[in-house]
Amino acid sequence: MKDNKNLLEIKNLSIHYVTEDGTVRAVEDMCLEIGSGETLGLVGETGAGKTTTALGIMQLIPNPPGKLVNGEILFEGEDLLKKTQAELRKIRGNKISMIFQDPMTSLNPVMTVGEQIAEVVKLHQKVNATEAIERAKLMLEKVGIPGGRVKDYPHQFSGGMRQRVVIAIALACNPTLLIADEPTTALDVTIQAQVLDLMKNLKDEFNTSMIMITHDLGVVAEVCDKVAIMYAGNVIEYTDVKRLYTSPKHPYTVGLFGSIPDIKEDEDRLKPIKGLMPDPTNIPSGCPFHPRCPKAMGICSQQKPKNIEIETGHFVKCLLYENPK
Amino acid sequence: MQERLLEVRNLKKHFSTKKGMLHAVDGVNFFINKGETLGLVGESGCGKSTTGRVVLRLLEATEGEIIFEGKDILQYNKQQQREMRKEMQIVFQDPFASLNPRMTISEIIAEPLVVNKVFSSKVDMQKRVKELMETVGLAERLINAYPHELDGGRRQRIGIARALALKPKFIVQDEPVSALDVSIQAQILNLMADLQDEFGLTYLFISHDLSVVKHVSDRIAVMYLGKIVELSDYSSMFNNPLHPYTQALLSAIPIPRIDIKRERIILEGDVPSPINPPEGCRFYGRCRYRQDICKNKTPELKDMGNDKYVACHFTNNLKPATV
Repeated sequence: MKDNKNLLEIKNLSIHYVTEDGTVRAVEDMCLEIGSGETLGLVGETGAGKTTTALGIMQLIPNPPGKLVNGEILFEGEDLLKKTQAELRKIRGNKISMIFQDPMTSLNPVMTVGEQIAEVVKLHQKVNATEAIERAKLMLEKVGIPGGRVKDYPHQFSGGMRQRVVIAIALACNPTLLIADEPTTALDVTIQAQVLDLMKNLKDEFNTSMIMITHDLGVVAEVCDKVAIMYAGNVIEYTDVKRLYTSPKHPYTVGLFGSIPDIKEDEDRLKPIKGLMPDPTNIPSGCPFHPRCPKAMGICSQQKPKNIEIETGHFVKCLLYENPK
Repeated sequence: MQERLLEVRNLKKHFSTKKGMLHAVDGVNFFINKGETLGLVGESGCGKSTTGRVVLRLLEATEGEIIFEGKDILQYNKQQQREMRKEMQIVFQDPFASLNPRMTISEIIAEPLVVNKVFSSKVDMQKRVKELMETVGLAERLINAYPHELDGGRRQRIGIARALALKPKFIVQDEPVSALDVSIQAQILNLMADLQDEFGLTYLFISHDLSVVKHVSDRIAVMYLGKIVELSDYSSMFNNPLHPYTQALLSAIPIPRIDIKRERIILEGDVPSPINPPEGCRFYGRCRYRQDICKNKTPELKDMGNDKYVACHFTNNLKPATV
């Protein structure tokens, strides 16, 4: 319908890790779309497969043990999985770039921040060293750091400032898609507010599409247009922000909301999801959530739920919504 | 009148570093009533964990008084301290680093019992360990397992069982859920609330997560650079914050709802260094209401009535600074 408008389309993507303990189905049969200028939130707990999805799009899955077993990743209409390594290098850091979670470890401690920003620019654009450094200064100012600090090393910056440098590197070549993997998790709330604000402004300025990986539903409410909730490698609910927050459908999504203390209201007890995340090498049969699901039926342990569009643009993987009576 | 279990007066902890004196905790005053939870919030480096440790004498205070059940514990000798530790326990933040990887779960939980020679017979001790495991919701079959075999939520349950072993009255909870996923976090928070009801425990709950703190606390203290800037009961803290830092902190929390629109106060800059802090309000550099007096005079924690305390020169009378 709006095929030509989508910047990124993921079709039936499956990624497995083959280990001695068995096969980990890190991502299973994933279908997602991101339009131009849109922000998609990818939400889930530890081990849900969020980061693997991001690395899959960037083609950075360590192989072995990781393997893209199935699917297509269409970026600007072309399948990234069919590209050669040389072609991919031209895309990474240029058209698609990534912000990693930990600003303490994603910068090189023995290079100045200016050199680190200039490195990307030199790699992808036909500029000389002086022009690249100029561009680095400009990017630093864009993210709110004085251009004069271009010759400083990462250890001379605070955590929030370092994350700004990482953002400057990611945006240096004006990417069309930005993948942010928990960009504010390591930061304090007031600094997180600064960084989120900055990312929103820059995204609007450059009209960048973004995939925001996070476990914080508060951050999603603030910056995202669409949300995909992941559980044990599956996208179990996928819709726009408004519908997810006003009428969540999947029992896991409902459980997640029940687990968060509500700052606006008083509640005596939280309503946690019972049990634990399943062992990734031994995912329960049928619906992977059924052992923890308060609404589980007999059939849930036998049949894998299909991805159903319960209303336009609202997808749920749950047997409750299959063949409604 | 409620009974005060713990009272801290003018508590200071300074660390000597190469660059100068680091004022981690700088003149903190608060009290905790019996059976109550006091939440201590603040950002990294504000001194909240140091406060928690100094209160238990895991770190020696530089100055001040810590009154526990009417006696200043800073005056205690080694023997008295050992007795005191039975009453005061701690649950640590990182359930991966706070358990000895070479000890089994029963050894970890029994350690405080062994150290304090509580039981003379092994059978009795095993019985107590099993009882504790049941209290915190650990299956008995895990008794001989090692920490690495368990997930974060279960490890934190071990930490809680260990803290409960000597039947303490007071527990410092130092970010007990921040390393856990939300669904597990909720389970642990519920467990801690149940234990508090069952054993009449008093908590000092340290966290950087304001929604968690609000959920568990009766009263909340907000710290900034070694000082308490605001202290009040939780509803007044959230509905009517008076200190500019508290206001900014509350407005910065991402709320997982889309029906609430609010004004966001974005603070400039970072938290300044706690090494040799200058005279004046610690928040001066980032405050949007700052005046000349704030630079020169340190505001004291003032009683605003109704058990609300604020450290700001312009409480109730904040006007944006003309910069």
